[in-house]
Amino acid sequence: MSEPTPSPTVGVIISHAEVAAALVGAVRTISGVSDALQAVSNEGCDPKALAQRIEEAIGERPAVLFVDLPGGSCLSSAVRLSRGRGERAVVTGVNLAMLLDFVFHRDVPPAEAAKRAVEAGSRAIRTPAA
Amino acid sequence: MSLSLVRLDDRLIHGQVVIGWGQPLHVGFIVLVDDEVKNSAWEQDLYRMGVPPGIDVLFVSVADVARHLAEWTADPRPGILLVGDIDTLANLIAAAGAGGIARINVGGVHHRPGRTERLRYVYLTDEEAAKLKQLATNGVEVSAQDVPTARAVPIGEFL
Repeated sequence: MSEPTPSPTVGVIISHAEVAAALVGAVRTISGVSDALQAVSNEGCDPKALAQRIEEAIGERPAVLFVDLPGGSCLSSAVRLSRGRGERAVVTGVNLAMLLDFVFHRDVPPAEAAKRAVEAGSRAIRTPAA
Repeated sequence: MSLSLVRLDDRLIHGQVVIGWGQPLHVGFIVLVDDEVKNSAWEQDLYRMGVPPGIDVLFVSVADVARHLAEWTADPRPGILLVGDIDTLANLIAAAGAGGIARINVGGVHHRPGRTERLRYVYLTDEEAAKLKQLATNGVEVSAQDVPTARAVPIGEFL
């Protein structure tokens, strides 16, 4: 009997206001991939409620949690839910470039997917000559 | 008095505090009053991540407040004191003593089961509302204001 195929890593974007939903929509428009990302907003919820929203978005899958800012309520919840869990990793400073790379490279463990996403996202931050 | 803001906010240190209030007030230090965070090194690291260099963060217990309040108010730098729930706030005000904390900013108490909406960013159970009202009855000026550009809403308008 063969081993069950592991679920591909899901990306859960956790943001203020509607940033996460907008990023999910933009990735879908550009890449055509629609099953790799979930959006969670911290709008109107306390830390416990936010944690619940994130858990529901993750489900039972391995996950990279993409957070908008490197501090604050979104990061706190993401780190609390990932601490000591190898099947989850956290990336801060989410941007469109890292997500577009991520959705095509999900068949790796979350820590590896997170590292790659950071590299892809960092390469996109530049100051081109005007 | 250099504690510019005493704020009730269940998200504790986050963007509205550090950026929304921190920038216009030119904040030099933040006091986070939370017994659990005071005893957790990794949670302290987490909260420090959201704070720019140049702003000191002090993690204290309610019991520390009475001992250090005079020192914080004498600090020439503007400071923000944060608590995450109404019980801690009430304990803190009691610990500070008469005249210790005269004004409270209700910055964010968000939705959870059992709470009802009082303002867009303030949800309270009836018990929590009664505790907040009691603070006002005792002479503390209580108003709600999520960011400085919004109007400060006196407690009489939302409770």
